[in-house]
Amino acid sequence: MTNLEKYDHIFMDVFGIDHAALGEAFTFKDVPAWDSVAHLSLISQLEDEFDIMFEAEDILHYGSYENGKKLLAKYGVEI
Amino acid sequence: MLTGKVCIVTGASRGIGKAIAQVFAQNGAVVYGTATREGSIEAWADGFDPQSGGCIRSLYFDITDEAACREAVMRVKKETGRLDGLVNNAGVEFNELIGMISREHMEKMFEVNVYGTINMLQLASRIMGRQENGGSIVNITSMTALKGNRGQMVYSATKGAVISLTRSAAKELAPKKIRVNAIAPGLTNTDMMKQADPKMLEGRIGNICMGRLAEPEDIAKACLYMISDMSSYVSGQVLAVDGCTIM
Repeated sequence: MTNLEKYDHIFMDVFGIDHAALGEAFTFKDVPAWDSVAHLSLISQLEDEFDIMFEAEDILHYGSYENGKKLLAKYGVEI
Repeated sequence: MLTGKVCIVTGASRGIGKAIAQVFAQNGAVVYGTATREGSIEAWADGFDPQSGGCIRSLYFDITDEAACREAVMRVKKETGRLDGLVNNAGVEFNELIGMISREHMEKMFEVNVYGTINMLQLASRIMGRQENGGSIVNITSMTALKGNRGQMVYSATKGAVISLTRSAAKELAPKKIRVNAIAPGLTNTDMMKQADPKMLEGRIGNICMGRLAEPEDIAKACLYMISDMSSYVSGQVLAVDGCTIM
């Protein structure tokens, strides 16, 4: 499985959505199901999957599906 | 009591932290002792045989450096796959009378004693919260936080903050099976105490009903209880280990 597939799979699992829903519009602001519980679950699964630990600031500003890819690059995970 | 458990003990190069690391390893834990000065853990751990399957490993970083803390906790997770116990023991103490309190010392004490403790607690709880059995965190506070003491206004304030954060963290983390407790040592027989004025010391020992200073091992054994499953239903508590002191 590629990193992108792993990344997408985590989003689909946390939010219970189909792959088609993922994209630039998938943001904290626009997705009602993206509450604080879902946010922490997302962060936990990403940390476990990619064996990283986010900085607190990055957890706070994760914000969107696309921005998350950029943040992961900071931790050496290329999506 | 700690067989199979992985623990971090901060400030483990000497005194109470060293004793905690030793007692944990003697009880079967894989212990990561932390310190800022490179080589200061090996200085005592190299000749130490816990004879229990436990072991001591070293981590050198400054607990006020968030990135360094994260790196250290990640290393523990990568090497062992888990983290069961954290003892936030590292601390600094400057005793100054009111009117002579240095801003630099005040900031240093809050940085290490409070912010450093929060850094480690946050990171450890993120690992523990994903484990089936959660984990246990012990924060070392001080009897001065409970009773106050002359010349220790700022130090006691930092340790008071440690008690407050312990109680709040215990409430927030209980659903994740993470217990958070504090231990408040009384006067303890560390290197620092050996430099104290003998007359002053004699007077203060006179206030201890048990008639002696605490040994670092006395504090370590209380930590052992709090980290072990023996205290599985205890959280948000402050345990005084002070030989029944009248301050």
